[in-house]
Amino acid sequence: MTVPQPPTPPGLRVEDLAGNAARNRTEMVVRYALTGAAGMSVLISTAIIVVLLRDAVGFITTIRLGDLGDSIWNPRLGRFGVMSPILGTLWVTLVAVLVAGPIGLGAAVYLSEYASPRLRRIVKPVVEVLASIPSVVVGYFAIRFLAPEVVQRLFSGAPAKNLLVAGIAVGLLTIPLMTSVAEDALRAVPSSLREASYGLGAKKVTTVVRVVIPAAVSGLVAGLILSISRAIGETMVVFLAAGGVPTRPTSPLDGGTTITAAMAAVATGTDNVAGASNTFQSAFFLGLILFALTLSLNLVADRFVRRVRQKY
Amino acid sequence: MSGGASTTTAEPGPVPPVYRTEDLAVFYGSFKAVRDVNLEIRQNEITAFIGPSGCGKSTVLRCFNRMNDLIESARVEGRLTYHGVDLYDRAVNPVEVRRRIGMVFQKPNPFPKSIYENIAYGPRLAGLARKGPEMDEIVENSLRAAALWDEVKDRLKASAFGLSGGQQQRLCIARALAVGPEVLLMDEPCSALDPIATGRIEDLMQQIKQDYTIIIVTHNMQQAARVSDHCAFFTTEVSEESDTRTGVLVEFDATQQMFSNPSDERTENYVTGRFG
Repeated sequence: MTVPQPPTPPGLRVEDLAGNAARNRTEMVVRYALTGAAGMSVLISTAIIVVLLRDAVGFITTIRLGDLGDSIWNPRLGRFGVMSPILGTLWVTLVAVLVAGPIGLGAAVYLSEYASPRLRRIVKPVVEVLASIPSVVVGYFAIRFLAPEVVQRLFSGAPAKNLLVAGIAVGLLTIPLMTSVAEDALRAVPSSLREASYGLGAKKVTTVVRVVIPAAVSGLVAGLILSISRAIGETMVVFLAAGGVPTRPTSPLDGGTTITAAMAAVATGTDNVAGASNTFQSAFFLGLILFALTLSLNLVADRFVRRVRQKY
Repeated sequence: MSGGASTTTAEPGPVPPVYRTEDLAVFYGSFKAVRDVNLEIRQNEITAFIGPSGCGKSTVLRCFNRMNDLIESARVEGRLTYHGVDLYDRAVNPVEVRRRIGMVFQKPNPFPKSIYENIAYGPRLAGLARKGPEMDEIVENSLRAAALWDEVKDRLKASAFGLSGGQQQRLCIARALAVGPEVLLMDEPCSALDPIATGRIEDLMQQIKQDYTIIIVTHNMQQAARVSDHCAFFTTEVSEESDTRTGVLVEFDATQQMFSNPSDERTENYVTGRFG
């Protein structure tokens, strides 16, 4: 039996330990390529923000600040009542959260606590299918079904396109996100806590309501905030189903527009506006408001998620 | 209890046993986890289940409060009676069973709530009290019974997570006692604790056994020898045809007898440290 002997060079030189030059080069190339990819995403984000800021500031300088208090948002006519799309966004988001919050949480509790593993393997992908339906399809679903069959039946006299219809449709789109984040949060609750509760003679529903949900609360709130953020950013559904009405909405049954839909409207239509006019630039101003809203919400959500990670 | 006669069931004492098992076997799906469990648990005694890992001692313990019901594939054969009532009778509600039979787990598992709320959870479920002085009294008595009161009385509103491991485990014992159970099942309650904390839990068990019947699963033979009155030794047997391991109850006897004069060679090998 021969055992490989370590070579014992008579005189070890630095070059002997320098390694294969070609391999070292590969290492460097890979490293630069990956750094470049990471740097690229930072660069792109920066570029977006710079462009957004440049035109938003350009817009502000062309108007009087008082113009923003107008009751109508119609930049083609020089009406810049920014409260109309902002209120529209708030209504749509509120309705969407009222739809997606309870349904998403309920589905998450069901998947995490009640469904057998076999059933979960079936139900979960079905919920996720909802996430893969293009939002433009959901927009037409809203016009064709939600508006006439649901909203107008409940509220006769409501216009065919209104913020409630749009909000419900956005809510449907948001359910998968809420479900998946909430389910993760619930499943992160250690089973030892459930055992402790059952061991004390608690029923399943008591265990879920008094132990599991409270223990997962930061994750659930994070899911809710992410859902809000998603709902605020949704464009196509609202563009199709909210009515595009430029006035300030007084109730969700009014037709209206949102920040996102108003931005889309600037770039569409037969009288596409030219790049330099302040009508065109107004979209960037709205975009800045939108960006500020979603960014701050995502930061808040991020903090909550971090808190839930430290919990156990 | 005389003459060194070791039988698989203890001789009937003057008080009827709390639990009696007859050919109890537990399956997970088609896998037979443990079989041939015949034993009796006596009132106000500490009974220890010992044996190597995977011998089914925890599995058997979890039958005693129907905790195995939480595992979908778990199935029980044979008979398990609690004061003469078949615990696996169709009419028995496991939730009711668990109110009467407390459990302490391997890893301390306090709720992410305050010390007070940890204790109050069970009594509130059972409708013993909701809040106020009545609940205060239950909380204090339970913490006193678990020898934790003096250490936590000034911070009842503080999170239970701020306690040390040993304190958390005593909190879990107090939490279990707060619903007024008759039996306390302890599933390796000291395996996550240091020797000092372990000693405290053992002292506590001796104190409370006059009021409760205790069954403890332990890996630690010295612990079984120190605290228990009766002892059940489990081991694993490899099935010839299917090459699966199944736990079996080898011997059940008074602890002293078991450690000084075991009747089965496998028990002797285990308690003398030659195996496992």
